[in-house]
Amino acid sequence: MSKSPEELYQERVKRILDTVALKEPDRVPIFGPYELFPYTYANVVFKDAMADYALARKACHKFLDDFEPDADFGPILAYPSKPMETLGIKWFKWAGNGLGDHVMYQYVEGEYMKDDEYDQFTYDPSHFMTTKWLPRSFKALEGLEGFPPTRLMMWFGWTGLLPALTNDELWQALENARKSGKELGEWFGSIGQYAGEIKAKGFPQAFAAFSWPPFDIIGDTLRGTRGIMGDIIRRPEKLLKALESTTQMTIEYGAGAAGADLPLCWIWMHKGSAGFMSDEQYAKFYWPPLREAIESLVDLVVIPVVYCEGDDTPRLKYFAEVPPGKVIFHFATMDMAKAKEVLGDVACISGNIPNRLMLTGTPDEVKDYCKMLIDTCGRGGGYIMDTSALLDEAKTENVRAMFDFTREYGVY
Amino acid sequence: MKKKLIQAIAEMQETEAVQLAQAMLDSNEDPQVVLDACREAMTIVGSRYEEGDYFLPHLIVAGDMLQEIGEMVKPKLAAERESEEPLGEIVIGTVAGDVHDIGKDIVAFMLEVNGFEVHDLGVDVSAEKFVEKIKEVQPDVLALSGFLTLAFDSMKETVQAITANGLRDNLKIMIGGAPMDESVTTYIGADNYGRDATAAVRMAKDWIGGN
Repeated sequence: MSKSPEELYQERVKRILDTVALKEPDRVPIFGPYELFPYTYANVVFKDAMADYALARKACHKFLDDFEPDADFGPILAYPSKPMETLGIKWFKWAGNGLGDHVMYQYVEGEYMKDDEYDQFTYDPSHFMTTKWLPRSFKALEGLEGFPPTRLMMWFGWTGLLPALTNDELWQALENARKSGKELGEWFGSIGQYAGEIKAKGFPQAFAAFSWPPFDIIGDTLRGTRGIMGDIIRRPEKLLKALESTTQMTIEYGAGAAGADLPLCWIWMHKGSAGFMSDEQYAKFYWPPLREAIESLVDLVVIPVVYCEGDDTPRLKYFAEVPPGKVIFHFATMDMAKAKEVLGDVACISGNIPNRLMLTGTPDEVKDYCKMLIDTCGRGGGYIMDTSALLDEAKTENVRAMFDFTREYGVY
Repeated sequence: MKKKLIQAIAEMQETEAVQLAQAMLDSNEDPQVVLDACREAMTIVGSRYEEGDYFLPHLIVAGDMLQEIGEMVKPKLAAERESEEPLGEIVIGTVAGDVHDIGKDIVAFMLEVNGFEVHDLGVDVSAEKFVEKIKEVQPDVLALSGFLTLAFDSMKETVQAITANGLRDNLKIMIGGAPMDESVTTYIGADNYGRDATAAVRMAKDWIGGN
């Protein structure tokens, strides 16, 4: 007798939760956090999927139906072009907007916080974001520059500050924000609709929240790589102080995952990988704030998926400090045998099929790699099959090989 | 003073380095001596990076010091003086469709520090632009950078365009970026790949000579 979608849903959730808890599941789970691939597979031009939410859902359904990942990302990574156009976003290029029609978005780094603005940011992050980061990031929100500091409005402070709200440019910016907000509402409606539809088919959503390491919140979107790397040498104390604020943000971004069937919060790791900084610098600037955030999220019953996008082999000894059985570490470049040795009793690990293999390799090569991963990391559970990075260009037969082989060989 | 300046740059003492360079120029020191000090200091920074003592933060601060002191020296140089003959010429760029620049910039910087003349075409560089530049400067080495798998085909097309223009024979091509390895090198038709900036320098030296 075939299982009902409800039974399949529970089975898939349990498979993943058991793996995270370092208990042996029925088989190695497979994640489906794909970027461009499902759209290519469904013959949908990515530019169109970013504008037509029903089309994006349709493409993701086709991928889901044909490959059946144990947890699915769906159309969340096809960011909506309409509100981004309304806002005039400056740090993003996407299909049809600075890039070709069928390519994944790319982030354009810049200095969105100047080197002498650390104190302002640390003192009142929200005011800094309102009056500096938003106007610098979105053309349509430039008018927010003059938004008064609400922290000074107590007692009779409001008398001097509320007149600032009569500024026409500020109202125009708020009007633009309202317009894009409505457009974003439509998009989020589509994301929610998709989650409901796949649940009815028996599939859980692979994410409940997205977050960023405290260091990367500053490094990716505020100071940029050049900025923050220089700050490590030039203004270490200010950086450490700002990291206290962003640690709380890492937790806030992720806290919303609590209560979900699969409370997975993906934490996108960028600038702490090998080569970016020394062990000493990592131990001072990167790891302590991240560890604090991971521990707080675990306390909130969120499962952090620490998504390492570079080579994090030298950081394994730090990763071993997290609470056991509560965290997933995803690895792009990694000595997986060593990862299993160091983290085997501490955390679930995932990933590592080279994306280039999915594009230039053969199905047999993909199978061999998956076999190596299951043999090396799958002993007794604690491993989730996944590619090294979110999948863009790939041969369909290779993706097929990854899923079919894991479903067959990954049974415990 | 020259020794002190070398030490200040190599030890990441930015304020002191800039002050020392200014003091040297103010006391009518030959600006070439200041530039030589910078070059010697960068050799130290470069080798510390290669040995794993220095990382990205050091390269960035060192690069900024070099630029700042360079700006100070420029007006003092009577005429554009011929600097030392470069080890070789290298054209570098991130290929079409890819706008990532951090890795490419580090490689360009390390190649420069090691005595190569580097022509950096930036990001999202089309095959035609590469071909044009290769015709113009006739480099010894072409360095193609890419962070995404979409870069594979852009790189392949670039190499094909170079071959079609009859420019492939005297040119060594290296590729770099997170997903690159031997199989990608073959797929693209390049000569070799490098895991990091140190590997890029080693390859360039092997190909061109210069220890």
